[in-house]
Amino acid sequence: MELIIGHYNYWLVIIIMMAGFYTVISQGNLIKKIAGLNIFQVSVFMLYISIGNVKDGAAPIIEQGIELYSNPLPHVLILTAIVVGVATTALGLALVVRIKEAYGSIEEDDIHNQDHSL
Amino acid sequence: MIDAHLSLLIVVVPLIAAPIIAALPSGRFAWAVSTATGFATFAMASLQLVNVSTGNVISYELGGWAPPWGIEYRIDAANALVALIVAGIAAVTLPYALRSVEKEITPKLQPLFYSAFMLCLTGLLGITQTGDIFNVFVFLEISSLSTYALISMGRKRQALTAAYQYLIMGTIGATFFLIGVGLLYAMTGSLNMNDLSQRLPTIVEHRTIQTAFAFIMIGFALKLALFPLHLWLPNAYTYAPSVITVFLAATATKVAVYVMLRVIFSVFGFSFIEGTPTDELFILLCIAGILLMSFYAIKQLDSKRLLAYSSVAQIGYMMLGIGFGSVLGLTATLVHLFNHALMKGALFMAIGAIVYRIGSSRIEDMAGLGKHMPWTFAAIIIGGLSLIGVPGTAGFISKWYLVLAAIEQQNWLVVAVILIGSLLAVIYVWKLVEALYFSPATETASTAIKEAPLMLLVPTWILVLANIYFGFNTEITVGTAEQAVKLLLPGVK
Repeated sequence: MELIIGHYNYWLVIIIMMAGFYTVISQGNLIKKIAGLNIFQVSVFMLYISIGNVKDGAAPIIEQGIELYSNPLPHVLILTAIVVGVATTALGLALVVRIKEAYGSIEEDDIHNQDHSL
Repeated sequence: MIDAHLSLLIVVVPLIAAPIIAALPSGRFAWAVSTATGFATFAMASLQLVNVSTGNVISYELGGWAPPWGIEYRIDAANALVALIVAGIAAVTLPYALRSVEKEITPKLQPLFYSAFMLCLTGLLGITQTGDIFNVFVFLEISSLSTYALISMGRKRQALTAAYQYLIMGTIGATFFLIGVGLLYAMTGSLNMNDLSQRLPTIVEHRTIQTAFAFIMIGFALKLALFPLHLWLPNAYTYAPSVITVFLAATATKVAVYVMLRVIFSVFGFSFIEGTPTDELFILLCIAGILLMSFYAIKQLDSKRLLAYSSVAQIGYMMLGIGFGSVLGLTATLVHLFNHALMKGALFMAIGAIVYRIGSSRIEDMAGLGKHMPWTFAAIIIGGLSLIGVPGTAGFISKWYLVLAAIEQQNWLVVAVILIGSLLAVIYVWKLVEALYFSPATETASTAIKEAPLMLLVPTWILVLANIYFGFNTEITVGTAEQAVKLLLPGVK
């Protein structure tokens, strides 16, 4: 029981990660694929933030009388990764818009039938 | 002053150039600035290689923060060699770009095209320079995102789907890498590769470390298109603009191979890998990749796609050396990184010159063009011979070291695979030669097609001549590779 409740955030990470990854693989709709990719990336953000927690540590703001702080570095790292995720999503969606203009569809099968490229 | 900050300037100069170029009004102007940047980066990368050629290591602290807290750029012979490949290929590709881009990209988009090109260069150079593993992820995404945009600017609509496909697979690869880095940080509290290598040996038995290693390996195997994770590559290379195909084929996968090398040998250490099935798995996948992808290459009807499949097979040769983990094997990997950049660069440039004239890269459309474009045709022949590994070309040197490494390991299967792979390469190179020279030309082609313009021929021939030069003079390639291997495999004679 301790393994599940004590680490509930890590279990959530695993569930979200697999849900996102499965969506990317299984969905034929290009927008849904991007959504899946996003969910997949969000799970990694949660993983990093969980790593930063120090047991009984306070929020990392220097204050008198507090000895133990949580580690703020993973949060900073993941800010970078969030920015990267936003850029990837934007670029991905922009590509989908142009694919729709060129093919008239955003379904993988349709596009594949049109010229066997995807 | 410049010397002290050289390690950083190599990355910062193209980074600053990118927004400036995006703001320039005309494509020609943007081209001039990016070419100047490319030359400057190449000069700095050459200087850097000279600085570390004696086997010393340069440590540059960003913002004066001492490692492992601050980000450290750590340059040794291995980085310097890969940085030189990237900067060198950029310096020959950019002059080539002027005419090719004028033909393939609409004028309004040309400044943005060059700007994205500079960002891609920044990312690739950043990966080679940095000694911080999270920094690798950031630069990887800088180069990847700009690459997706560049590929999507190809002439055909398939370029869009190729870019999309690469975006999905590339992001999965990069995110896997990010997960691995996070797990490493959770266990060691460090992101500096040098620091990691000192902290890891005490906790290698821990399952989290092994999981981290698996995530990083799969992530980068996707990025470097190790068979069977190569699915994004053939479409991306086929439909990207000619210039981008040249640049990507010669640099992007090489940089990913370098990261693999760095993570395996500098961070984890080869003794850790030998405790896992990774090295055997690499050799197995490489053997399958070399044979299958060469067969695929033979079957292709499009010349760019043919060379793309050949690239996947060639990546197999590079990863074989890593799988061996011996001095000879790693030397072969590093030498082949360099030489393959030269031969694929030359071949894709020559194909690009044909595309410039006829607007198609299908092999049947090229029938008989060899007689009308003799210099381009000769470039394809010499590049092809180098790809096969004929003595007197650069390709021979890397195959030679690889075969020596395989013999040293008594791995006769790999020796046979390398030889069969070379024979298969003869077949697919011959396919191009046959179409270009021995097929009768179509009526329209026979009269109208002239030799490619000098602006395309000169860069192509620089790479072709480099293929011959490095086939005879191995001091730079093998010499530097041996220095690099000494640092990657300390304690091994």
